[in-house]
Amino acid sequence: MFEETGTTAEGDLVINVGPQHPSTHGVLHLVITLRGETIINVEPHLGYIHRSIEKMCESLSYRQFIYVTSRMDYLSSHINNHACALCVEKGLQVEIPERAKVIRVLMDELTRMASHQLWWGAMAMDVGALTPFFHAFREREVINEIMEETCGARLTMNYMVPGGVMYDLHPNFQQKVKDFIILFKSKIDEYDEMVTGNVIFQNRMKGVGYISKADAVSYGCTGPTARASNVSCDIRKLFPYEIYDKVNFDEVTATGGDCFARYLVRVQEMRMSLSIIEQLIDNIPEGDFQAKTKAVLKLPKGEFYASVETARGEFGVYIISEGGMTPYRIKFRSPGFSNLSALNHMAKGHKIGDLVAIMGSLDLVIPDIDR
Amino acid sequence: MTNDELKIKLGELFPSSAFEEGTEWTTMLAEPVLWKEIALQLRHELVLDFLFCITCVDWKTHLAMVYHLRSTTTQDTVVVKAKLDRENPQIATVSDIWRTAEFHEREAYDLFGVQFIGHPDLRRLFLTDDYEGFPLRKDFEDPVNMIKL
Repeated sequence: MFEETGTTAEGDLVINVGPQHPSTHGVLHLVITLRGETIINVEPHLGYIHRSIEKMCESLSYRQFIYVTSRMDYLSSHINNHACALCVEKGLQVEIPERAKVIRVLMDELTRMASHQLWWGAMAMDVGALTPFFHAFREREVINEIMEETCGARLTMNYMVPGGVMYDLHPNFQQKVKDFIILFKSKIDEYDEMVTGNVIFQNRMKGVGYISKADAVSYGCTGPTARASNVSCDIRKLFPYEIYDKVNFDEVTATGGDCFARYLVRVQEMRMSLSIIEQLIDNIPEGDFQAKTKAVLKLPKGEFYASVETARGEFGVYIISEGGMTPYRIKFRSPGFSNLSALNHMAKGHKIGDLVAIMGSLDLVIPDIDR
Repeated sequence: MTNDELKIKLGELFPSSAFEEGTEWTTMLAEPVLWKEIALQLRHELVLDFLFCITCVDWKTHLAMVYHLRSTTTQDTVVVKAKLDRENPQIATVSDIWRTAEFHEREAYDLFGVQFIGHPDLRRLFLTDDYEGFPLRKDFEDPVNMIKL
């Protein structure tokens, strides 16, 4: 152990956090080298929930493998399915109906909000405030109920299929989403009032876990983690898919680069998602919700890459096809994996109490990292 | 830049390299021995500062490394591929050029057995240190834990 890190000196302390610890948000094992109370080195040990999804996908058909990806980043499963469906459609060159596009974007943004709500509660809990956690779950429950009516599931939806979406929307969907918009607009101000302005919270977050713009790009950070360092990396803006080029929204960036900037970006993203849903909910076009595809999908020989913006960053699907019914090789570019690689860089020189805040601000979902 | 412009530019920088046709992005085939020099040029000449995906593919006769690179300023995307020997796969590390490669290369080593020359800390990332074999290779067999679907 001492020879491995190479940075340890006499009297340094090596401690393990995890694999089962509330602050790691899953089964993440961190080996931390401490000098006094200061962090010298953080080394993540992964693989505790490695299910070898990439290997499994090689024996699953193009309709089946989408179901596995729901289990990766289970807080934004809609968006993972979306990436896979986009990639298969790119290979098949299928144009999906307008209605399906709007439904997909609506579901994406609802999922993004639900994911950020859970993160917001967990983040506050990480730095010692328990009440926000319950508040966040209360609002997330409303979204989950909306999802449950339409998709039949609350966590792993599997709603998006190659060619569109699986079912049509539930008749109550529109009304319920409208009610939710009214509800959440007041609640998000409450969130701000409760946590953002809090002095203790700000002291725990400001100046902690700083990462510069160049470093964020070099470490491959995407999503709110990178946008807090003023990196423009929103896939919805740069490479618009579905109908994002017809919707008015801004890319949320901040210049702080620390935990507080990452917090502000995510809270602002919730507002942005709300405005996207507001623009679309009254304008869902009539028509089919699914394009006609063959019963057995066969992608032509070649390579296809599609990426979407999940709640954590850029989620990419890279399919190498040999023309058969199953992918020859599939690779998921998960956002958490790259974001985690910057953890050591962010945490060096801080106190061990700050490590929990840094991990919370990265919004790690471990199954997404391990795959 | 469009794909054709990128191709011309890359052709000027690396006269010996070949290109793949009919791909979404400009795809360049690199020799593994030259990969480090090519990577440095791509990073500094074309300012491709964002390495967003490293994939290893087992083609049964050989292994292939696929690097997806993007520039955060111009949004140009370039894909570089390198063929490796299957028995003794070796390629230079790029973890000193793009820091994100450190984790991605450890993953490729863990699941495919690719040796990255000059990597600061090449150990298994997901599996235990005493694990035998490389699970994502096509000829990997594990009669106990593998479920044939």
